[in-house]
Amino acid sequence: MTETNSSIQIKGLRDGLLVSLDDAPWDEQRTAFLTQVDAQPAFFKGARLALDVASQVLHVNDLVDLRDQLSERGIFLWAVISESPTTEKTAQLLGLATRVSKPRPEEARQFAVTDLGEDTALFLDRTLRSGTRIEFAGHVVVFGDVNPGAEIVAEGNVIIWGRLRGMVHAGSKGNTAAVICALDLSPTQLRIAGEASAMLSPQQNPRPEIARINENGKLQAEFWSPG
Amino acid sequence: MPAQVITVTSGKGGVGKTTAVANLAVALATSGSKVVCIDGDIGLRNLDVILGLENRIVYDIVDVIEGRCRLKQAMIRDKKTPNLYLIPAAQTRDKNAVSPSDMNRLIKDLRADCDYVLIDSPAGIERGFRNAIAAADRVIVVTNPEISAVRDADRVIGILEAEDKGPGELVINRLNPKLVKKNDMLSPEDVLDLLAIELIGIVPEDENVIISSNRGAPVAYDPKSRAGQAFRNIARRIKGETVPFLDLESQGNLWERIQRLAGRK
Repeated sequence: MTETNSSIQIKGLRDGLLVSLDDAPWDEQRTAFLTQVDAQPAFFKGARLALDVASQVLHVNDLVDLRDQLSERGIFLWAVISESPTTEKTAQLLGLATRVSKPRPEEARQFAVTDLGEDTALFLDRTLRSGTRIEFAGHVVVFGDVNPGAEIVAEGNVIIWGRLRGMVHAGSKGNTAAVICALDLSPTQLRIAGEASAMLSPQQNPRPEIARINENGKLQAEFWSPG
Repeated sequence: MPAQVITVTSGKGGVGKTTAVANLAVALATSGSKVVCIDGDIGLRNLDVILGLENRIVYDIVDVIEGRCRLKQAMIRDKKTPNLYLIPAAQTRDKNAVSPSDMNRLIKDLRADCDYVLIDSPAGIERGFRNAIAAADRVIVVTNPEISAVRDADRVIGILEAEDKGPGELVINRLNPKLVKKNDMLSPEDVLDLLAIELIGIVPEDENVIISSNRGAPVAYDPKSRAGQAFRNIARRIKGETVPFLDLESQGNLWERIQRLAGRK
């Protein structure tokens, strides 16, 4: 839902739209934006709108005008974000919010990949720290550690070239043949398909292990041995 | 040279952020730098107490941001160390009184006329923390050698990485070498094993820290205190010097000390 028209950027936020304008003269910007709104009335109607005006210096009547013009079009202006203190003050005066919460980058990511073959894997070349959640519709390979408090949910297998101390769910859509391997398998919790297990206290001398669901339908880990 | 802005944070509360800020500020200032510390814990201010400046507060950071005073008016000059200043937090407001862009503006004005700006972050990862890291050039993560503190530090480091503030540098505070030896406390190696960031200091547990906090004279002034020495060493490392880590076991028993002395020959 990203559109670019000259200098106007429109993004979808969790709870509405974020429109970013730049520092070009305010009248031009406003007109261009309203033109765009009028071109797609159905898209904008009923929207909650946050407006990022860069460092434009806006006074009360500028914002009041815009707010009125937007509300005539069924758009609710609730926030104005600005680098200019004057504009921030103006917005506060009008009871508008002056910041919107942006989703924290990198922390919780769902990787949307269309047309996912069976062999698609996501390769992560870093350590996943507490608070990170990775969801993926294929396999996941981590070149680094998975720390306590980090979570991986994969529809396929999960391979950790490092220490696994967080939570991993492999075969999350019910694939009981999925496996989880790690150089040091000391997770807070492991899940494969519908089976969960809290287990495996840290070892003194870690060896690579592989966890899978055995014939009895229980989650089991065993040491990897070459050959 | 424009100032370096260093934020001290931790995630978990009570690990010694404010103590670290006060001591690093004293150590940096007594070694000749001009230091301004900012208490970012609006609503729960403490830094002024630990620095012994509580009764001199007239204006605070919110007054500056909301334009009730000039920046210079809110800067309290330390009584012992004249090149150390404090911008106190407001006690009657909350974290929402300040935004990250407010912090950026305020610090932009400060950069020109001091060497270091130290920001004391509140606990948590919400608004106050965001404000505290907004303008940071460098972040110091304080943790204690216990699992809950280390987990929170890991979370904070993850956020710092995501916000391009780097992984930060680690201070392990309140280490008790005796407990580590008995395997009753995480060792610095255990902590570093999980966090995998650069270590900039280990501060041993020292009751003088509590005594001096209550007196409003940070332990970094005390030439005999081991914690004070550790903080002075961190300050030197901040300035780019290479300083070996304290030998934390030198308080071991007499026999061990003699053995070590013998071994040194």
